[in-house]
Amino acid sequence: MLNQLTISEFTAKLAKREISARETVQACLDQIGRVDSQVHAFISHDAADALAQADAADKLLANGGSADKPLLGVPIAVKDVLAVKDQPLNCGSKILGKFVSPYDATAIQKLKAAGAIIFGRLNMDEFAMGSSTENSAFGVTRNPWDTARIPGGSSGGSAAAVAADECIASLGTDTGGSIRQPAALCGVVGMKPSYGRISRYGLVAFASSLDQIGPFTKTVRDTATLLEAMSGIDPLDSTSMPQPVPHYASLLEGGVKGLKLGLPKEYMIGGLDPEVKQAVDVAVKHLEKLGAEIVEVSLPHTDYAVATYYIIATAEASANLARFDGVRYCARVNGKDPIEMYGLTRGAGFGPEVKRRVILGTYVLSSGYYDAYYLRAQKVRTLIRNDFLKAFEKVDAIVTPTTPTAAFKIGEKSDDPLQMYLSDIFTISCNLAGICGLSLPCGFTKSPKLPIGLQLLGKPFGEETILRIAHTYEQSTDWHKERPALK
Amino acid sequence: MAAAEIDVKYVAHLARIALSPEEEQKLGAQLGNILGYIEKLNQADVAGVEPTAHAFPLVNVTRPDETRPSMSNEDALRNAPAKANGLFIVPKIVE
Repeated sequence: MLNQLTISEFTAKLAKREISARETVQACLDQIGRVDSQVHAFISHDAADALAQADAADKLLANGGSADKPLLGVPIAVKDVLAVKDQPLNCGSKILGKFVSPYDATAIQKLKAAGAIIFGRLNMDEFAMGSSTENSAFGVTRNPWDTARIPGGSSGGSAAAVAADECIASLGTDTGGSIRQPAALCGVVGMKPSYGRISRYGLVAFASSLDQIGPFTKTVRDTATLLEAMSGIDPLDSTSMPQPVPHYASLLEGGVKGLKLGLPKEYMIGGLDPEVKQAVDVAVKHLEKLGAEIVEVSLPHTDYAVATYYIIATAEASANLARFDGVRYCARVNGKDPIEMYGLTRGAGFGPEVKRRVILGTYVLSSGYYDAYYLRAQKVRTLIRNDFLKAFEKVDAIVTPTTPTAAFKIGEKSDDPLQMYLSDIFTISCNLAGICGLSLPCGFTKSPKLPIGLQLLGKPFGEETILRIAHTYEQSTDWHKERPALK
Repeated sequence: MAAAEIDVKYVAHLARIALSPEEEQKLGAQLGNILGYIEKLNQADVAGVEPTAHAFPLVNVTRPDETRPSMSNEDALRNAPAKANGLFIVPKIVE
């Protein structure tokens, strides 16, 4: 079925005129019709617009104008936190009301310029704050492998849509693991590039020093393709970095012989589910058989990562979300003066997790507490970053489980925010350090059958190394061929 | 760092978020719990350590001071809750 194709397969068949963009988009739409009532990956999607884009792509192909469009006709769905011109932008929240974006994010512009079909608004934890997609104002997304379980978050819709073959690829964002964790829980590939690799212009900001946009795909090759299409310095994002963009998809072969993989001793701890530990152990031995050398490394400040993150991210969020005040946009709740209007608009429009984090962030920045919390957290962040830089002097990449457990049940952790935060332990440090990371499938739990993810962490701007390792592993295993049994 | 008794009412006012009394109480308990966990950062030895604000601190990222096309007034007002004469309308600020 055409919606089950990878980007590579689709582009090859399209080039040979074996299929059309229209048929493929239709297949995705049909799949959405079949399964999304169970999965709820999409908040909304405009079928007519998607088909119109597909027709335009087919026409361009027929007229011979497709040479410089490597993603021509590829249907890519988008997390509801990215600005797409003339489409709704809600960030999984009530507060933005009927907001329609007047512009395209840079990453979206680049994909459109490459010929991709951008469609759909994928469900997410509100303002990207969450690890389960239970915090959306638009309902819960369910894991396609077991619809009583979470898909992960905050990019739960993005992961679920790819796992359920409702699109060929999708975009998400990652601030503390929000691409890698749902990718692991849904059995797909998800990557967070190095900070500054992809422009954040048009990404509604949660934590400006941690956020990155990244792809969800069915194969590592597809991730490399999308990464290349979206990367590069952007004058509209002064935090985007000037590093040249390699042809990532042409750097995947070469194997892992001679590469040193670090296993951080602090990560294989209690709280790690035995089935996850076993799957990761087996994967590491497999990489060793393929020629990699496994080296123990130490990331001594690991234990401080969650605390550090929840000070820095919430502090930055409190600043970034101050703009949702009802003045220029939002579902405004009127007040006798602007201050009352702000309070009522935000009180009515923000969900509980957002309120929790904004208030915590405001507190840690407030007079009398700034030094004790925020400044101290920034110093610990330096220590965490230095742990990685030191480890990367010894190894080419670091390998870990992506999550401590497979997908938990909906509602299981939603009453205890701290428990939810602690489940991000393996992904969070990567954002603090600004390095790159990806998750790919490495097995399943026995019963129920739930995906397990292997995480690879790379040096700043070392994406090609972790992509190569991931591709080598993937191509010598069959995990990426498995699909959930959705009826 | 005192183990935490956040004045939720005060901080919510700083954050411009109107909370119900139930929300205030629930948040107070949850935030107290989270701050209790965050206490562990006190054990880190940060003597002589520089703070990190950004993973790759760039400096002086500027562009020439030239006028360029930007979003039209119409687009900027597109999602306005209240507008007139090309302006956003808000409740009266000054008496």
